[in-house]
Amino acid sequence: MLKTFSKGGVHPAANKLSADKAIEILPLPKTVTIPISQHIGAPAKVLVKKGDSVKVGQKIAESGGFVSANIHSSVSGTVSKIDNIVDASGYKKPCVIINVEGDEWDENIDKSKELKKDFDLSAEEIIKKISDAGIVGLGGATFPSHVKLSIPKGKKAEVLILNGVECEPYLTADHRLMLEKAEEILVGTKILMKALNVDKAFIGIENNKPDAINHFNKLVENYEGIKVVPLKVKYPQGGEKQLIKAVINREVPSGGLPIAVGAVVHNVGTAFAVYEAIQKNKPLFERVVTVTGKSVTKPANFLVRIGTSTAELINAAGGLPEDTGKIVSGGPMMGKAIVNTDVPITKGSSGVLLFKDKESKRQESQNCIRCGKCVSVCPMGLEPYLLMNLVENKMWDELEKNHVLDCIECGSCMFTCPSQRPLLDYIRLGKSTVNKIIRSRKK
Amino acid sequence: MNKLITISQSPHVAGDFTVKKIMYSVLIALLPALAVSIYYFGLDAIRVTLIAVAASVLFEYLIQKFLIKGKSTITDGSAIITGVLLAFNVPSNLPTWMIIVGALVAIGVGKMTFGGLGKNPFNPALVGRVFLLISFPVDMTTWPTNRFALLANPDAVTGATPLAILKEGIKNGEKVTDLLSQIPPYLDMFFGNVGGSLGEISAFALIIGLIYMLMKKVISWHIPVIMVGTIFIFSGILNLANPEKFADPVFHILTGGVMLGAIFMATDMVTSPMSKKGMIIFAVGIGIITVIIRNFGAYPEGVSFAILIMNMFVPLINKYCKPKLFGEKA
Repeated sequence: MLKTFSKGGVHPAANKLSADKAIEILPLPKTVTIPISQHIGAPAKVLVKKGDSVKVGQKIAESGGFVSANIHSSVSGTVSKIDNIVDASGYKKPCVIINVEGDEWDENIDKSKELKKDFDLSAEEIIKKISDAGIVGLGGATFPSHVKLSIPKGKKAEVLILNGVECEPYLTADHRLMLEKAEEILVGTKILMKALNVDKAFIGIENNKPDAINHFNKLVENYEGIKVVPLKVKYPQGGEKQLIKAVINREVPSGGLPIAVGAVVHNVGTAFAVYEAIQKNKPLFERVVTVTGKSVTKPANFLVRIGTSTAELINAAGGLPEDTGKIVSGGPMMGKAIVNTDVPITKGSSGVLLFKDKESKRQESQNCIRCGKCVSVCPMGLEPYLLMNLVENKMWDELEKNHVLDCIECGSCMFTCPSQRPLLDYIRLGKSTVNKIIRSRKK
Repeated sequence: MNKLITISQSPHVAGDFTVKKIMYSVLIALLPALAVSIYYFGLDAIRVTLIAVAASVLFEYLIQKFLIKGKSTITDGSAIITGVLLAFNVPSNLPTWMIIVGALVAIGVGKMTFGGLGKNPFNPALVGRVFLLISFPVDMTTWPTNRFALLANPDAVTGATPLAILKEGIKNGEKVTDLLSQIPPYLDMFFGNVGGSLGEISAFALIIGLIYMLMKKVISWHIPVIMVGTIFIFSGILNLANPEKFADPVFHILTGGVMLGAIFMATDMVTSPMSKKGMIIFAVGIGIITVIIRNFGAYPEGVSFAILIMNMFVPLINKYCKPKLFGEKA
């Protein structure tokens, strides 16, 4: 029996259209728009001004606090302006806009392709370097990685879990990276293990990617302490708490962090970025992005410089189909619909997903028939129908008591609802209202 | 691109599980039992079913259009199910006008009064059935013998159901062990060669429907299995205690509306609990009440009342049977 998490979960159609498409390097764009807030936490502080020339990998914005991250230029050229531009969130955010001139990299970056296995840094040095390189969780949550690696006093990490699940339908960026950069990911894993002072690491991969599982199984023999854990396909297995449950059978307490059960989870993409930062001195300024959708002529996986507009990726994948009705940054279950194709690729962009007109609209919602499906699929053990009801009636105290803040917004409830009820829309509203109330209580 | 695109929150995809699919799967699951009742009761079975369905759909349409003034909901299939289930719960010779009254009560009072599908606390078909039972007790408990029994004995147009034979006999001071010899063999009862309401006669056909619904994941096994199990165990205990006064458990699960109730009535999503824990309490409750009514109450049969009584407890059960929270402290 393959491992998986025990509570809830759904099986959306996989639609991994680009699974066999090798990672291609996307040609350099003419300009890039780099938001200074691409992570959870405080926005970075801009270090450059209009007219400055920058190199690839040069720091252009500095971390604005402990939970924040540095931002580096992804291109060489001249800063044309600093302006507020709409990003994937739909809001205008300060961005550094750079006109691309040539491709001159910072001289400290090792551009060679050869694998460098050995490293000789202390845990503190590794964390410092990861922080300098502006690495954030590349699975989509964009939580600054150095924060996750700094274990709070009194807690101890026992195991590192690498997230190679990629449970979102359509997306294949992590899958391709695991096939093409497996050794680098493993070295990155060793580095993360050193930083956390753990001697065990598990790589969780769903068994719809047997090629990646086999590939890693062959390679891990040379990497002490790392084990591959094949997992039964089930969404949302890539959720941190679900993955920990699936791999080591421990439940992170309600409201707690993974470290409470001795686990730290990082995405495989993050491990690759860590490898590049530590072994090649390369800050995080590019990432793999899947461009996909049923109407896309050439679904692909591109290595993209941060700040490239979504339009460039769509064009490289065969252009924007006539009947496109929705453009999503990320996967279909948790991704965000973007407002136009100028929205820049950021550190958290795992995919660009195009929906046809008729796939874009939601079905009209009907009465709740109290089938209980939302309850049975909720991976957090919540009662989505009840939460929605409580939000409709503005019963915020009850909502808090019913653990609305435990919701991970995976969308399983809404996906499965036979009446197409907008459960998650209401629950999000409930979460933000309850959060506000809790904050006002502390004041 | 110069056109507007859709902006909406995730998730951007939906599963293929819809209300319509659920309802039509239930209807397919009802077909074997319908086939058996047509086989045994002939054209009357078709008459009762068609009238109940047509009246249910028509009343829902009219109420939705003229009283609620909302979008028509008849295509979701739920009114058809109510119609079929109402038909399944009455004798095949019930006068047409009574069926129409039953459908009006089922749909009008049982369902639309509360706001339509999903809002009703009670199973609509059972509301209609119990209304008919109380209003027209004679018509509702005069059971026509099936076509084959009629061929063998043309004078016996109607006959008592096994449960009625039992109740009547006990009232007259007869021993259960003697009464059981007057009822058909269990194998006949299992396949439907027995008197009773239209759809309840064949446990076999109903179980085929159950298997289909389980395969289609329309319902889970909890309510039917636990409800029948409770009736079996509880009536088994009574039977062990005094076999002269209480019939054996196999008799109890094969007679009356147990199978129909357990598989199609108690499992109605709208009127049953959400969580598995809740479903178990609900099913045990129905089982216990059924056995109590049958053995100690005035009516020979208690499934309908038991389900309606437990329907009342569903909001309470939902309130107290929470699913286990992920990461909840043990």
